[in-house]
Amino acid sequence: MPMRRTLLAGLLLGAISLAGAAAQTDDAAVTIDNFTFTPAEITISAGTKVIWTNRDDIPHTVTDAANPKDYKSKPLDTGDTFSHVFDKAGTYKYFCSLHPHMQGTVVVR
Amino acid sequence: MEHETRRGALKCMLWAGTGILWTVSGGIPRSSLLGDAHAAESGDLSFMQISDSHIGFANPPNTDVGGTLKEAVAAVAAQKGRAALLIHTGDVSHLSRAAQFDTAEQIIAGAGLETHYVPGEHDVLEDDGKTFFERFTKGAQHGWYSFDQQGVHFIGLNNVQNLKAGGLGYLGAEQLEWLERDLKGRPASQPIVVFAHIPLWAVYDQWGWGTDDGAQALTYLKRFGSVTVLNGHIHQVMQKVEGTVAFHTARSTAFPQPAPGSAPSPGPIKDVPADKLRSLLGVASIRQVQGKAPLAIVDTPLSA
Repeated sequence: MPMRRTLLAGLLLGAISLAGAAAQTDDAAVTIDNFTFTPAEITISAGTKVIWTNRDDIPHTVTDAANPKDYKSKPLDTGDTFSHVFDKAGTYKYFCSLHPHMQGTVVVR
Repeated sequence: MEHETRRGALKCMLWAGTGILWTVSGGIPRSSLLGDAHAAESGDLSFMQISDSHIGFANPPNTDVGGTLKEAVAAVAAQKGRAALLIHTGDVSHLSRAAQFDTAEQIIAGAGLETHYVPGEHDVLEDDGKTFFERFTKGAQHGWYSFDQQGVHFIGLNNVQNLKAGGLGYLGAEQLEWLERDLKGRPASQPIVVFAHIPLWAVYDQWGWGTDDGAQALTYLKRFGSVTVLNGHIHQVMQKVEGTVAFHTARSTAFPQPAPGSAPSPGPIKDVPADKLRSLLGVASIRQVQGKAPLAIVDTPLSA
Protein backbone atom coordinates (compact mmCIF):
# COMPACT_ATOMS: atom_id res chain seq x y z
CA MET A 1 0.00 0.00 0.00
CA PRO A 2 2.63 2.60 0.94
CA MET A 3 4.65 1.52 -2.10
CA ARG A 4 1.68 2.03 -4.42
CA ARG A 5 0.90 5.43 -2.92
CA THR A 6 4.47 6.58 -3.46
CA LEU A 7 4.41 5.31 -7.01
CA LEU A 8 1.12 7.07 -7.69
CA ALA A 9 2.41 10.29 -6.18
CA GLY A 10 5.51 10.02 -8.32
CA LEU A 11 3.47 9.47 -11.44
CA LEU A 12 1.25 12.44 -10.61
CA LEU A 13 4.25 14.71 -10.03
CA GLY A 14 5.67 13.61 -13.35
CA ALA A 15 2.41 14.38 -15.10
CA ILE A 16 2.23 17.83 -13.52
CA SER A 17 5.77 18.80 -14.44
CA LEU A 18 5.22 17.54 -17.98
CA ALA A 19 2.04 19.60 -18.25
CA GLY A 20 3.91 22.65 -16.93
CA ALA A 21 6.64 22.32 -19.50
CA ALA A 22 4.10 21.69 -22.25
CA ALA A 23 2.10 24.84 -21.39
CA GLN A 24 5.20 26.99 -21.82
CA THR A 25 6.35 25.58 -25.12
CA ASP A 26 2.79 25.67 -26.45
CA ASP A 27 2.27 29.38 -25.76
CA ALA A 28 1.64 31.29 -28.95
CA ALA A 29 3.44 34.59 -29.52
CA VAL A 30 2.23 37.64 -31.42
CA THR A 31 4.43 40.71 -31.76
CA ILE A 32 3.48 44.29 -32.51
CA ASP A 33 5.89 46.09 -34.83
CA ASN A 34 5.16 49.08 -37.05
CA PHE A 35 1.49 49.20 -36.03
CA THR A 36 1.00 45.60 -37.18
CA PHE A 37 0.14 42.36 -35.36
CA THR A 38 2.51 39.60 -36.54
CA PRO A 39 1.40 37.04 -37.46
CA ALA A 40 -1.91 38.67 -38.35
CA GLU A 41 -3.62 35.29 -38.01
CA ILE A 42 -2.57 32.42 -35.76
CA THR A 43 -4.09 28.97 -35.37
CA ILE A 44 -3.88 27.35 -31.94
CA SER A 45 -5.45 24.45 -30.06
CA ALA A 46 -8.03 25.09 -27.34
CA GLY A 47 -6.49 26.01 -23.98
CA THR A 48 -3.46 27.74 -25.52
CA LYS A 49 -2.21 30.99 -24.08
CA VAL A 50 -1.47 33.77 -26.58
CA ILE A 51 1.14 36.33 -25.52
CA TRP A 52 1.31 39.70 -27.30
CA THR A 53 4.44 41.85 -27.03
CA ASN A 54 4.50 45.51 -28.07
CA ARG A 55 7.82 46.38 -29.71
CA ASP A 56 6.68 49.82 -31.00
CA ASP A 57 7.55 53.16 -29.39
CA ILE A 58 3.84 53.94 -29.34
CA PRO A 59 1.38 52.26 -26.94
CA HIS A 60 -1.14 49.80 -28.32
CA THR A 61 -3.90 47.62 -26.88
CA VAL A 62 -5.17 44.13 -27.62
CA THR A 63 -8.96 44.38 -27.63
CA ASP A 64 -11.58 41.74 -28.39
CA ALA A 65 -13.57 42.83 -31.47
CA ALA A 66 -16.66 40.91 -30.29
CA ASN A 67 -19.52 42.57 -28.48
CA PRO A 68 -19.61 42.25 -25.50
CA LYS A 69 -15.84 42.14 -25.13
CA ASP A 70 -14.31 39.11 -23.49
CA TYR A 71 -10.92 40.74 -22.93
CA LYS A 72 -9.11 44.05 -23.33
CA SER A 73 -5.51 44.72 -22.39
CA LYS A 74 -4.25 47.75 -20.55
CA PRO A 75 -2.33 50.11 -22.82
CA LEU A 76 0.91 48.29 -23.62
CA ASP A 77 3.95 50.54 -23.55
CA THR A 78 7.18 49.54 -25.30
CA GLY A 79 8.15 46.00 -24.21
CA ASP A 80 4.91 45.35 -22.30
CA THR A 81 3.08 42.05 -22.81
CA PHE A 82 -0.50 40.85 -22.51
CA SER A 83 -1.77 37.28 -22.49
CA HIS A 84 -5.10 35.58 -22.91
CA VAL A 85 -6.05 31.87 -22.87
CA PHE A 86 -8.50 30.76 -25.55
CA ASP A 87 -10.54 27.83 -24.18
CA LYS A 88 -13.07 27.19 -26.93
CA ALA A 89 -12.81 26.46 -30.63
CA GLY A 90 -13.75 29.33 -32.90
CA THR A 91 -12.45 32.33 -34.83
CA TYR A 92 -11.66 35.36 -32.68
CA LYS A 93 -10.98 38.79 -34.13
CA TYR A 94 -9.21 41.47 -32.12
CA PHE A 95 -7.85 44.98 -32.75
CA CYS A 96 -5.97 47.88 -31.17
CA SER A 97 -8.52 50.23 -29.61
CA LEU A 98 -6.15 53.18 -30.14
CA HIS A 99 -5.35 52.43 -33.78
CA PRO A 100 -8.35 50.41 -34.95
CA HIS A 101 -6.89 49.78 -38.41
CA MET A 102 -4.59 47.31 -36.59
CA GLN A 103 -6.42 43.98 -36.59
CA GLY A 104 -5.61 40.34 -35.93
CA THR A 105 -7.30 36.94 -35.76
CA VAL A 106 -6.92 33.92 -33.48
CA VAL A 107 -8.29 30.64 -34.84
CA VAL A 108 -8.83 28.04 -32.09
CA ARG A 109 -9.14 24.41 -33.18
CA MET B 1 -8.32 79.29 -62.78
CA GLU B 2 -6.70 81.62 -60.26
CA HIS B 3 -8.18 79.40 -57.59
CA GLU B 4 -6.35 76.39 -58.98
CA THR B 5 -3.05 78.25 -59.30
CA ARG B 6 -3.16 79.42 -55.73
CA ARG B 7 -3.97 75.97 -54.51
CA GLY B 8 -1.00 74.63 -56.46
CA ALA B 9 1.29 77.23 -54.94
CA LEU B 10 0.00 76.40 -51.51
CA LYS B 11 0.78 72.75 -51.98
CA CYS B 12 4.38 73.54 -52.96
CA MET B 13 4.96 75.68 -49.92
CA LEU B 14 3.38 73.12 -47.70
CA TRP B 15 6.04 70.60 -48.58
CA ALA B 16 8.78 73.17 -48.25
CA GLY B 17 7.90 73.32 -44.58
CA THR B 18 8.23 77.06 -44.20
CA GLY B 19 5.80 79.35 -42.42
CA ILE B 20 2.68 79.94 -44.46
CA LEU B 21 -0.01 82.50 -44.05
CA TRP B 22 -3.28 80.86 -44.89
CA THR B 23 -6.42 82.83 -45.54
CA VAL B 24 -9.78 81.80 -46.84
CA SER B 25 -11.90 84.49 -48.36
CA GLY B 26 -15.35 83.63 -49.63
CA GLY B 27 -14.26 80.03 -50.08
CA ILE B 28 -11.24 81.00 -52.17
CA PRO B 29 -7.97 79.90 -50.59
CA ARG B 30 -5.19 82.45 -50.63
CA SER B 31 -1.70 81.81 -49.45
CA SER B 32 1.33 83.97 -48.94
CA LEU B 33 4.64 83.61 -47.20
CA LEU B 34 5.23 84.91 -43.72
CA GLY B 35 6.17 88.57 -43.71
CA ASP B 36 3.90 89.38 -46.65
CA ALA B 37 1.97 92.61 -46.17
CA HIS B 38 -1.27 90.67 -46.01
CA ALA B 39 0.05 88.73 -43.05
CA ALA B 40 0.47 91.89 -41.04
CA GLU B 41 -3.21 92.73 -41.22
CA SER B 42 -4.78 92.47 -37.82
CA GLY B 43 -8.35 91.48 -37.15
CA ASP B 44 -10.87 91.14 -34.40
CA LEU B 45 -9.85 87.75 -33.11
CA SER B 46 -6.66 85.78 -33.10
CA PHE B 47 -5.78 82.62 -31.21
CA MET B 48 -3.02 80.01 -31.08
CA GLN B 49 -2.89 76.23 -31.43
CA ILE B 50 -0.50 73.62 -30.08
CA SER B 51 -0.90 69.86 -30.40
CA ASP B 52 0.44 66.43 -29.56
CA SER B 53 2.75 67.30 -26.67
CA HIS B 54 2.95 63.59 -25.68
CA ILE B 55 4.39 64.29 -22.21
CA GLY B 56 5.85 60.94 -21.08
CA PHE B 57 7.29 59.96 -24.48
CA ALA B 58 11.07 59.48 -24.12
CA ASN B 59 12.28 57.71 -27.27
CA PRO B 60 14.15 58.82 -30.40
CA PRO B 61 13.96 61.35 -31.91
CA ASN B 62 13.03 63.30 -28.76
CA THR B 63 13.90 62.27 -25.22
CA ASP B 64 12.95 65.70 -23.83
CA VAL B 65 9.37 66.36 -24.88
CA GLY B 66 8.92 68.57 -21.80
CA GLY B 67 11.75 70.76 -23.11
CA THR B 68 10.29 71.11 -26.60
CA LEU B 69 6.82 71.82 -25.15
CA LYS B 70 8.41 74.62 -23.11
CA GLU B 71 9.97 76.00 -26.30
CA ALA B 72 6.61 75.81 -28.08
CA VAL B 73 4.88 77.60 -25.21
CA ALA B 74 7.60 80.26 -25.27
CA ALA B 75 6.93 80.65 -29.02
CA VAL B 76 3.22 81.04 -28.28
CA ALA B 77 3.95 83.66 -25.61
CA ALA B 78 6.24 85.54 -28.01
CA GLN B 79 3.78 85.48 -30.93
CA LYS B 80 0.51 85.81 -29.12
CA GLY B 81 0.06 89.56 -29.50
CA ARG B 82 -3.60 90.11 -28.76
CA ALA B 83 -4.49 86.41 -29.04
CA ALA B 84 -7.61 85.62 -27.05
CA LEU B 85 -6.95 81.96 -26.31
CA LEU B 86 -4.92 78.83 -26.91
CA ILE B 87 -6.22 75.53 -28.24
CA HIS B 88 -4.58 72.15 -27.59
CA THR B 89 -5.78 69.53 -30.06
CA GLY B 90 -4.99 66.48 -27.95
CA ASP B 91 -2.40 63.90 -26.99
CA VAL B 92 -1.43 66.16 -24.13
CA SER B 93 0.11 63.07 -22.48
CA HIS B 94 1.62 59.87 -23.83
CA LEU B 95 0.04 57.43 -21.36
CA SER B 96 -2.78 59.33 -19.58
CA ARG B 97 -0.85 59.43 -16.29
CA ALA B 98 -1.73 62.09 -13.72
CA ALA B 99 1.93 63.17 -13.46
CA GLN B 100 2.09 63.65 -17.24
CA PHE B 101 -1.08 65.77 -17.17
CA ASP B 102 0.43 67.80 -14.28
CA THR B 103 3.64 68.49 -16.14
CA ALA B 104 1.82 69.50 -19.32
CA GLU B 105 -0.62 71.76 -17.50
CA GLN B 106 2.16 73.56 -15.64
CA ILE B 107 4.22 74.16 -18.78
CA ILE B 108 1.22 75.30 -20.86
CA ALA B 109 0.21 77.76 -18.13
CA GLY B 110 3.40 79.63 -19.12
CA ALA B 111 1.65 80.83 -22.29
CA GLY B 112 -0.52 83.08 -20.18
CA LEU B 113 -3.58 82.26 -22.29
CA GLU B 114 -6.89 80.67 -21.47
CA THR B 115 -6.49 77.15 -22.92
CA HIS B 116 -9.16 74.88 -24.39
CA TYR B 117 -8.38 71.19 -24.82
CA VAL B 118 -9.82 68.20 -26.65
CA PRO B 119 -8.63 64.66 -25.92
CA GLY B 120 -6.30 62.59 -28.08
CA GLU B 121 -6.39 58.79 -27.90
CA HIS B 122 -3.33 58.89 -25.61
CA ASP B 123 -5.27 60.98 -23.06
CA VAL B 124 -8.14 58.56 -22.50
CA LEU B 125 -6.26 55.29 -21.91
CA GLU B 126 -7.54 54.94 -18.34
CA ASP B 127 -10.97 55.39 -16.69
CA ASP B 128 -12.67 56.04 -20.04
CA GLY B 129 -10.96 59.41 -20.00
CA LYS B 130 -12.52 60.65 -16.73
CA THR B 131 -9.21 61.96 -15.40
CA PHE B 132 -8.65 63.98 -18.56
CA PHE B 133 -12.19 65.37 -18.72
CA GLU B 134 -12.19 66.43 -15.05
CA ARG B 135 -8.97 68.34 -15.52
CA PHE B 136 -9.04 69.64 -19.09
CA THR B 137 -12.66 69.87 -20.27
CA LYS B 138 -14.27 70.93 -17.03
CA GLY B 139 -18.02 70.73 -17.33
CA ALA B 140 -17.86 68.60 -20.48
CA GLN B 141 -17.98 65.05 -19.19
CA HIS B 142 -17.52 63.48 -22.63
CA GLY B 143 -14.93 65.94 -23.88
CA TRP B 144 -17.11 67.83 -26.39
CA TYR B 145 -18.32 71.40 -25.85
CA SER B 146 -18.75 74.78 -27.52
CA PHE B 147 -18.29 78.43 -26.65
CA ASP B 148 -18.33 81.84 -28.31
CA GLN B 149 -15.41 84.22 -28.47
CA GLN B 150 -15.72 87.65 -30.09
CA GLY B 151 -18.50 86.49 -32.39
CA VAL B 152 -16.73 83.30 -33.46
CA HIS B 153 -18.32 79.99 -32.45
CA PHE B 154 -15.81 77.39 -31.25
CA ILE B 155 -16.68 73.68 -31.12
CA GLY B 156 -14.41 71.12 -29.45
CA LEU B 157 -15.10 67.51 -30.47
CA ASN B 158 -13.97 64.13 -29.15
CA ASN B 159 -13.29 61.60 -31.94
CA VAL B 160 -10.89 59.30 -30.07
CA GLN B 161 -13.15 56.96 -28.06
CA ASN B 162 -15.23 53.84 -28.78
CA LEU B 163 -13.26 53.28 -31.96
CA LYS B 164 -14.49 50.35 -34.04
CA ALA B 165 -12.31 47.47 -35.26
CA GLY B 166 -11.07 48.33 -38.74
CA GLY B 167 -12.38 51.88 -38.39
CA LEU B 168 -11.02 55.42 -38.04
CA GLY B 169 -11.74 58.23 -35.60
CA TYR B 170 -15.32 58.16 -34.33
CA LEU B 171 -17.77 60.77 -33.06
CA GLY B 172 -20.83 58.62 -32.41
CA ALA B 173 -24.57 59.29 -32.59
CA GLU B 174 -24.84 61.12 -29.26
CA GLN B 175 -22.14 63.64 -30.13
CA LEU B 176 -23.49 64.16 -33.66
CA GLU B 177 -26.96 64.90 -32.26
CA TRP B 178 -25.42 67.36 -29.84
CA LEU B 179 -23.53 69.04 -32.69
CA GLU B 180 -26.65 69.36 -34.82
CA ARG B 181 -28.52 70.97 -31.90
CA ASP B 182 -25.58 73.23 -31.10
CA LEU B 183 -25.53 74.64 -34.64
CA LYS B 184 -29.29 74.94 -35.07
CA GLY B 185 -30.53 78.52 -35.34
CA ARG B 186 -27.07 80.06 -35.71
CA PRO B 187 -26.75 82.55 -38.57
CA ALA B 188 -24.83 81.18 -41.54
CA SER B 189 -22.64 84.28 -41.37
CA GLN B 190 -21.16 83.35 -37.99
CA PRO B 191 -17.58 82.07 -38.37
CA ILE B 192 -17.17 78.56 -36.98
CA VAL B 193 -13.99 76.96 -35.66
CA VAL B 194 -14.11 73.20 -35.05
CA PHE B 195 -11.23 71.53 -33.24
CA ALA B 196 -10.71 67.81 -32.67
CA HIS B 197 -7.72 65.49 -32.38
CA ILE B 198 -7.99 63.09 -35.34
CA PRO B 199 -8.52 64.78 -38.72
CA LEU B 200 -12.22 65.03 -39.57
CA TRP B 201 -11.37 64.60 -43.27
CA ALA B 202 -9.88 61.52 -44.91
CA VAL B 203 -6.13 62.18 -44.85
CA TYR B 204 -4.99 58.56 -45.15
CA ASP B 205 -7.38 55.77 -44.21
CA GLN B 206 -4.69 53.06 -44.31
CA TRP B 207 -3.11 54.66 -41.24
CA GLY B 208 -6.42 55.50 -39.62
CA TRP B 209 -6.01 59.21 -40.39
CA GLY B 210 -9.63 60.21 -40.76
CA THR B 211 -12.97 60.04 -38.93
CA ASP B 212 -15.61 57.42 -39.77
CA ASP B 213 -18.56 59.76 -39.25
CA GLY B 214 -16.71 63.03 -39.95
CA ALA B 215 -18.70 63.53 -43.17
CA GLN B 216 -21.92 63.54 -41.15
CA ALA B 217 -20.56 66.31 -38.92
CA LEU B 218 -19.57 68.31 -41.99
CA THR B 219 -23.10 68.21 -43.42
CA TYR B 220 -24.23 70.27 -40.40
CA LEU B 221 -21.48 72.81 -41.12
CA LYS B 222 -22.08 73.15 -44.86
CA ARG B 223 -24.44 76.12 -44.69
CA PHE B 224 -21.94 78.32 -42.84
CA GLY B 225 -19.88 80.86 -44.77
CA SER B 226 -16.64 80.33 -42.87
CA VAL B 227 -15.68 77.06 -41.25
CA THR B 228 -12.18 76.22 -40.05
CA VAL B 229 -11.42 72.69 -38.89
CA LEU B 230 -8.28 72.35 -36.76
CA ASN B 231 -6.81 68.93 -36.01
CA GLY B 232 -3.65 67.28 -34.69
CA HIS B 233 -2.78 63.56 -34.51
CA ILE B 234 -0.67 63.30 -37.67
CA HIS B 235 2.25 65.45 -36.39
CA GLN B 236 2.66 67.45 -39.61
CA VAL B 237 1.03 70.35 -41.39
CA MET B 238 -1.61 69.46 -43.97
CA GLN B 239 -4.36 71.59 -45.35
CA LYS B 240 -7.26 71.38 -47.71
CA VAL B 241 -10.21 73.52 -48.69
CA GLU B 242 -13.63 72.20 -49.61
CA GLY B 243 -16.19 74.88 -50.40
CA THR B 244 -16.28 77.17 -47.38
CA VAL B 245 -14.53 74.67 -45.11
CA ALA B 246 -10.78 74.94 -44.51
CA PHE B 247 -9.08 71.94 -42.94
CA HIS B 248 -5.75 72.26 -41.19
CA THR B 249 -3.57 69.97 -39.07
CA ALA B 250 -0.87 71.25 -36.72
CA ARG B 251 2.65 70.08 -36.05
CA SER B 252 3.39 68.24 -32.82
CA THR B 253 5.52 69.78 -30.10
CA ALA B 254 7.08 66.34 -29.43
CA PHE B 255 8.05 64.35 -32.55
CA PRO B 256 7.31 64.28 -36.30
CA GLN B 257 5.46 61.49 -38.10
CA PRO B 258 6.02 60.48 -41.73
CA ALA B 259 4.04 61.76 -44.69
CA PRO B 260 1.16 59.40 -45.56
CA GLY B 261 2.38 56.11 -46.99
CA SER B 262 6.05 57.20 -46.99
CA ALA B 263 7.08 54.75 -44.22
CA PRO B 264 6.06 51.25 -43.07
CA SER B 265 3.97 52.75 -40.25
CA PRO B 266 2.78 56.09 -38.88
CA GLY B 267 5.17 55.78 -35.90
CA PRO B 268 7.64 58.54 -34.96
CA ILE B 269 10.36 59.44 -37.47
CA LYS B 270 13.29 58.24 -35.35
CA ASP B 271 16.34 59.19 -37.38
CA VAL B 272 15.92 62.95 -37.31
CA PRO B 273 19.27 64.70 -36.74
CA ALA B 274 19.19 66.61 -33.44
CA ASP B 275 19.70 69.95 -35.21
CA LYS B 276 16.75 69.28 -37.54
CA LEU B 277 14.20 68.17 -34.95
CA ARG B 278 12.91 71.63 -34.14
CA SER B 279 12.20 72.38 -37.78
CA LEU B 280 9.64 69.57 -37.66
CA LEU B 281 7.92 70.69 -34.44
CA GLY B 282 5.93 73.87 -34.00
CA VAL B 283 2.93 75.98 -33.17
CA ALA B 284 0.12 77.55 -35.17
CA SER B 285 -1.29 81.03 -34.94
CA ILE B 286 -4.82 81.64 -36.23
CA ARG B 287 -6.05 85.09 -37.11
CA GLN B 288 -9.47 86.29 -38.00
CA VAL B 289 -8.90 89.04 -40.47
CA GLN B 290 -11.75 91.49 -40.21
CA GLY B 291 -13.99 91.94 -43.22
CA LYS B 292 -12.65 90.23 -46.31
CA ALA B 293 -10.71 87.17 -45.18
CA PRO B 294 -12.27 85.36 -42.23
CA LEU B 295 -9.34 83.29 -41.02
CA ALA B 296 -5.64 83.05 -41.52
CA ILE B 297 -3.34 80.39 -40.15
CA VAL B 298 0.39 80.74 -39.75
CA ASP B 299 2.41 77.64 -38.92
CA THR B 300 5.73 78.31 -37.30
CA PRO B 301 8.37 75.64 -36.68
CA LEU B 302 10.36 75.90 -33.44
CA SER B 303 13.44 76.61 -35.57
CA ALA B 304 14.33 76.88 -39.25
